[in-house]
Amino acid sequence: MKPRHKKLAVITAGVTALGFAAVLVLNAFQSNLVFFFSPTQVTANEAPIGKSFRIGGLVEEGSVNREEGTTVKFAVTDTSEAIQVVYTGILPDLFREGKGVVAQGKLNENGIFVADEVLAKHDENYMPPEAALALEEAAKAQKASLTQ
Amino acid sequence: MAINWYKYASPASFYSLAGKMIPFFAVVAFGLLVVGLYIGFFVAPTDFQQGEAYRIIFIHVPAAWMSMFLYVVMAFWAGIGLAFNTRLSSMMATAIAPTGALFTFLALWTGSLWGKPMWGTWWVWDARLTSELILLFLYIGFMSLQAAIDDSRRADKAGAIIALVGVINIPIIYFSVQWWNTLHQGASVSVTQAPTMASTMLTGMMVMVFASWMYSIAVILKRVRVIILERESHTAWVAELRQKGVL
Repeated sequence: MKPRHKKLAVITAGVTALGFAAVLVLNAFQSNLVFFFSPTQVTANEAPIGKSFRIGGLVEEGSVNREEGTTVKFAVTDTSEAIQVVYTGILPDLFREGKGVVAQGKLNENGIFVADEVLAKHDENYMPPEAALALEEAAKAQKASLTQ
Repeated sequence: MAINWYKYASPASFYSLAGKMIPFFAVVAFGLLVVGLYIGFFVAPTDFQQGEAYRIIFIHVPAAWMSMFLYVVMAFWAGIGLAFNTRLSSMMATAIAPTGALFTFLALWTGSLWGKPMWGTWWVWDARLTSELILLFLYIGFMSLQAAIDDSRRADKAGAIIALVGVINIPIIYFSVQWWNTLHQGASVSVTQAPTMASTMLTGMMVMVFASWMYSIAVILKRVRVIILERESHTAWVAELRQKGVL
């Protein structure tokens, strides 16, 4: 083995070892790297109790209730579990029923999530409005044919 | 016709080759930029949920991709330079760093401008945003470490080690949106799946990606020429250029 090949082998081995170490570290910190908890995790008591955390999911269809002032109540769902959220403040433009949302706050004693910040999480789909409308209608038609 | 590649590993012959290539890449970059921006702003349709604001994607995504890709290329050349002691490879790594840092900054900046109207915040500490910020620090660390060491061969070695260690961050950035819950969206374009974007939007974005490639090649070659002159200033061929009055 030529010395420069040996050097290359040492470098490759070094980077591989570092990569392996990084994988282990990231695995160990897995729970701290979570930006938000899903409603299922919250109902399973996986979210920190008495501390501020984030909850993420979809705004449940038909759950948005605007109260007096800028207070708004809605439910965050991951389609299996749902958590009631109450928030006072201005909602982001993309806040819509059926769309993604991430709220930061605390659970109160009644199991209602009192948020002090609400962020919108959009998905990775980009298309013109006409295409979105066509997709929606196709989905409706499929649903109708399934229920018949 | 066989090309003697090793010939171009010598700084002197690469200097003149790079000089011939720069105008080509610069012109192509400019042409693609004009076409890409035209498609992005005038041809691509409005988005169904984000309206017109999504158009920042035509700068944000190419910048973010380049920031990661250039880092890998930089680390590759730095590693080759470290292993085989080839001077030109290390010079390439040094020349790539500022452009990589620029694209990383652009990605973070345009992302912030996009985040405020869409998400409702300039910045969050989610995995994607945090790892991209670490990338910026890696570029800055690489450049400052090299600038702090006077002996250029030692500077190359020290820089190569930072560059190689930092490579681990690249898959973390790329897969962060898959591995963890993030506020940042998942990938719209990936190797394994069909893109989730309308085709005109995708075309505009890809043209901008190629424009960024061509721009990067042009400025990196320009920068590597300056570095070659600086480091080879004691040699006969540079003295010859000086005598001819080319410099």
